[in-house]
Amino acid sequence: MSAAAVHSLWTTAADPMLKIPAPKIEYGQLSPTLIVIGAAVVGVLVEAFVPRRSRYYVQAFLAVVALAAAFAAVVGLAAGGYGTTKAHIAAMGAISVDGPALFLQGVILLTGLVAIFTFAERRLDPEAHGNRVDSFAAQAASVPGSDSEKAAVKAGFTTTEVFPLALFAIGGMLVFPSANDLLTLFIALEVFSLPLYLLCALARRKRLMSQEAAVKYFLLGAFASAFTLFGIALLYGYAGSVSYGKIADVVDGSVQNIDPALADTMGNDALLLIGVAMVAMGLLFKVGAVPFHMWTPDVYQGAPTPVTGFMAAATKVAAFGALLRLLYVVLPGMRWDWRPVMWGIAIITMLGGAIVAITQTDIKRLLAYSSIAHAGFILAGVIATTPDGISSVLFYLGAYSFVTVGAFAVVTLVRDAGGEATHLSKWAGLGRRSPLVAAVFAVFLLAFAGIPLTSGFAGKFAVFKAAAEGGAGALVVIGVISSAIAAFFYIRVIVLMFFSEPKADGPTVAVPSPLTMTTIGVGVAVTVVLGLAPQYFLDLANQASVFVR
Amino acid sequence: MENLIALLVAAPLLGAAVLLCGGRRLDRVGHLLGTLLAAASFVIGVVLFADMLGKNADDRTFTQHLFSWIPVEGFQADVSFQLDQLSMTFVLLITGVGSLIHIYSIGYMEHDERRRRFFGYLNLFLAAMLLLVLADNYLLLYVGWEGVGLASYLLIGFWQHKPSAATAAKKAFLVNRVGDMGLSIAVMLMFTTFGTFAFGPVLKSAEEHLGGGATLTGIALMLLLAACGKSAQVPLQSWLGDAMEGPTPVSALIHAATMVTAGVYLIVRSGAVFNASPDAQLVVVVVGAVTLLFGAIVGCAKDDIKKALAGSTMSQIGYMVLAAGLGPIGYVFAIMHLVTHGFFKAGLFLGAGSVMHGMNDEVDMRKYGALRKYMPVTFVTFGLGYLAIIGFPGLSGFFSKDKIIEAAFAKGGTEGWILGSVALLGAAITAYYMTRVMIMTFFGEKRWQPDGEGHEPHPHESPKSMTIPMIVLAVGSVFAGGFFSIGDRFLHWLEPVTEHSHGNAPISATTVTAATMVVLVVGAGLAYLQYGRRPVPVVAPRGSLLTRAARRDLLQDDFNHVVLVRGGEHLTRSLVYVDHTLVDGVVNGTAASVGGLSGRLRKLQNGYARSYAVSMFGGAALIVAATLLMRAV
Repeated sequence: MSAAAVHSLWTTAADPMLKIPAPKIEYGQLSPTLIVIGAAVVGVLVEAFVPRRSRYYVQAFLAVVALAAAFAAVVGLAAGGYGTTKAHIAAMGAISVDGPALFLQGVILLTGLVAIFTFAERRLDPEAHGNRVDSFAAQAASVPGSDSEKAAVKAGFTTTEVFPLALFAIGGMLVFPSANDLLTLFIALEVFSLPLYLLCALARRKRLMSQEAAVKYFLLGAFASAFTLFGIALLYGYAGSVSYGKIADVVDGSVQNIDPALADTMGNDALLLIGVAMVAMGLLFKVGAVPFHMWTPDVYQGAPTPVTGFMAAATKVAAFGALLRLLYVVLPGMRWDWRPVMWGIAIITMLGGAIVAITQTDIKRLLAYSSIAHAGFILAGVIATTPDGISSVLFYLGAYSFVTVGAFAVVTLVRDAGGEATHLSKWAGLGRRSPLVAAVFAVFLLAFAGIPLTSGFAGKFAVFKAAAEGGAGALVVIGVISSAIAAFFYIRVIVLMFFSEPKADGPTVAVPSPLTMTTIGVGVAVTVVLGLAPQYFLDLANQASVFVR
Repeated sequence: MENLIALLVAAPLLGAAVLLCGGRRLDRVGHLLGTLLAAASFVIGVVLFADMLGKNADDRTFTQHLFSWIPVEGFQADVSFQLDQLSMTFVLLITGVGSLIHIYSIGYMEHDERRRRFFGYLNLFLAAMLLLVLADNYLLLYVGWEGVGLASYLLIGFWQHKPSAATAAKKAFLVNRVGDMGLSIAVMLMFTTFGTFAFGPVLKSAEEHLGGGATLTGIALMLLLAACGKSAQVPLQSWLGDAMEGPTPVSALIHAATMVTAGVYLIVRSGAVFNASPDAQLVVVVVGAVTLLFGAIVGCAKDDIKKALAGSTMSQIGYMVLAAGLGPIGYVFAIMHLVTHGFFKAGLFLGAGSVMHGMNDEVDMRKYGALRKYMPVTFVTFGLGYLAIIGFPGLSGFFSKDKIIEAAFAKGGTEGWILGSVALLGAAITAYYMTRVMIMTFFGEKRWQPDGEGHEPHPHESPKSMTIPMIVLAVGSVFAGGFFSIGDRFLHWLEPVTEHSHGNAPISATTVTAATMVVLVVGAGLAYLQYGRRPVPVVAPRGSLLTRAARRDLLQDDFNHVVLVRGGEHLTRSLVYVDHTLVDGVVNGTAASVGGLSGRLRKLQNGYARSYAVSMFGGAALIVAATLLMRAV
């Protein structure tokens, strides 16, 4: 910015004739986000004022009610036509209220709701000193293995802060896919990332690993955010605005008047291209696309399993939502530039995830690589650049998130003396010992593998169909090859569970409370229903596939 | 009203789900719940029937569309139902007989600790069978088709602790796979030829001879193969005899009254396809005629009461297939015989079950005798079923079988004479073997022996829950045929769906009836002379060559073993060789290289955040460069 520009800012701001207009905020249309964030703030107050004994109940209740109410608000808005005819941009151009936003918010809220149930589970670990314990550290600040940790466990402390933290994260995720300018996008990114870093560090067992995961996630996340922010700056320099619509206009060439303050940079294509690449990189980091995926296995493995399930599902939904909006609203004019690059990323993501997963020996790492491969499949739908591409991605995200939350909930059940038994060798013969749990997990694995009559098949089919119709036939071929490779390791787990002899010192399956049962039950139900009768939900996703600009 | 159709299927399906997933806490009420839901389905069926009767004959077709399963351009897999007069007939038969057999099973399976599971399977069968007859397209029909196959497999092998039952279940499953393969090929051919699965368009295209004669013949023959598998027709008949290892109510419901008639349904439903291909129709009548005699001959030699009845079932279905192969002359009578057969054969099987119930599960008729005094109700109901099946004047079988024999003659030409004579001969043999069963079981002197553990059987009448269904079925066996035939009620009812033509009979109906009466008397008389006039030996005599062959099911298993099993083994061995050397080489090689790649790529994940950051930086640089490059290109 030149000195003259700064000066002009000074003078205009000091001009008494120019008043700052009061912002117009459509509270009703933002209500899902507001409810969740509001409940998170109340949750912080609960930590301060409610006695320790009853905090767990108050927090869990508050979180569940807030998420249910927010979901009801989303349904209300969708029923009111805000997803279709009344779609528009709210909050002074900061937030879009349209079909994709409402659909993804609904998915995030439902996933968050069932994930919160696993957060609240307190029957899996044996009682410590007569207190029921959940998956989270007694006192996050105490050094692992220290006396203060033992004292905290003995006193029956629990980290009930996880509930408001999760609510903050969900609040950020709700804004992320509906952000309509780059700054809102960035703030939403930070709002949902920071609580997740914290949540990752809170495991009750294997705390050092959990803390290591959190630090890695934080460092790499900060690194990726820096790229994003720099990309945003470059895009501002290119377009003279951070608003999606205005950038799109400049990209299209429909706006010719150049802001004198940005005369040096505006319309400079190099800025646009580099900026787009950097912003996209930040989003690709969040979805876990190769080569920005390296954090995924370590963090998925180290984080408390309920948190892993939550973030594996909800983060992906939010980040793909934002990526869709960026590519379809801001950059349709330059799709010939970004499509080939995304092609490449989708290919290495699908193949990379599937191939490396083959040699994994830990179930959580296996699922992490599987999630990478799935990110690649979804990218194939993103690349389609057709309305079908949008709706297929929406459907895939809905299907995938429930399978993921359910699968990680099952992982919390298989335990031995050291907590969760995540090494695959321990899962040998699980089908003999606990046929029901093994069968449920097998359903999830089949859905991951995309076997017909599960939601995974319907989702994969929709995405590949959209990609093929969008002219990406070669990508579909590679996608199918990757699916075949991926099927190998999913089926291998099934074979291991059902056709191997159980080990003598094998893990036991803990009997969960109705909370986790609900999570798993919902996961199975959604998986099967979306597999048997996907059409209704495909239609729903179709109706919700128009972005407002 | 149409919305009730889905409930027909949903009620037993719900029962199956609840009973099979519900666990032990449902053990005490499971059988009642299962029976209630079967009855509920029957009631819905009756309501729909009443509604249908209130409409004109031409708009008696109800449809209900539930949902489409992933419609892709040109590929429409609908879950939708079609209820017309043909489906309605089946719905009433399936749910009616099904409910009676549920009631019967309450008593029959009383001491079985897995009774809840048994009722769960029965409900599953009802749901699948109803799906089969209610589907409005071949793809959904296929789902039901596989469903009844599964239920049949589970129920034949229900007493899986007996190796013979487990083997029989496997045999039924494998033989049925051959038929199922035929159906799937037929469905695929239809789709490639006509571009749809739905009955309406497929049959209309077949009527207009679209797709060419060869293709239509191919489709028809594949449908026939499917029908042969499910309905135990030659050459896929071998499983039905062994299927009698299942509990007797299962034999009555699935392997006599309903499932085994699915093949007849398939042929009649696909009538237009067969009409368009006279060659295929010829094959159908040949299969029907051969099976008719085959089953009847086997039935004459069996000493196991259920296997004798199984032979009879095969033979009676042969009549139906024969009638269905005659085209519009025979469709209505095929279905009419199917319904009356459903009554009397189910009744006969339930009677056999009642006898076994009183005789410590003894099945050898040579160890029965004189049971009429001990089981009067069973005797009377079984006796009425017997009179019905041999075609005693005035009873159900008389009307329905007579019509098929007439229709066979009406086919015309040499063909008509041959088919008519075979049908008449079959009627004679039917009279023979059924009289034999009747005499050996209920007449003569008692030939009971203590079983292996020294328990003398104490034959007694079965409980009410068993006798009442038998009585109801006996009433049907007596009156159904007359009710259907007087004023051609059944003909008028079904004609709008199946069409009907009279053919040109070379001899009058009266002559046919008279001839039938004569052969009936000859057959029954022969049996009386052989078994009624002198004592039945407890150990079977060696018998003639034909008898010995018939006891071994006319060497069907030996034939299958030599031709199919041996041949199959050779084929598999050579295929396995190719698989090991060629295919496995490629597959394992690929797998090993992917695995090796995986091991190497995995090393990149070294746990250091700095390496990860470098990877990200490199990636970012790459995509920036690539994006710039794309613009430059």
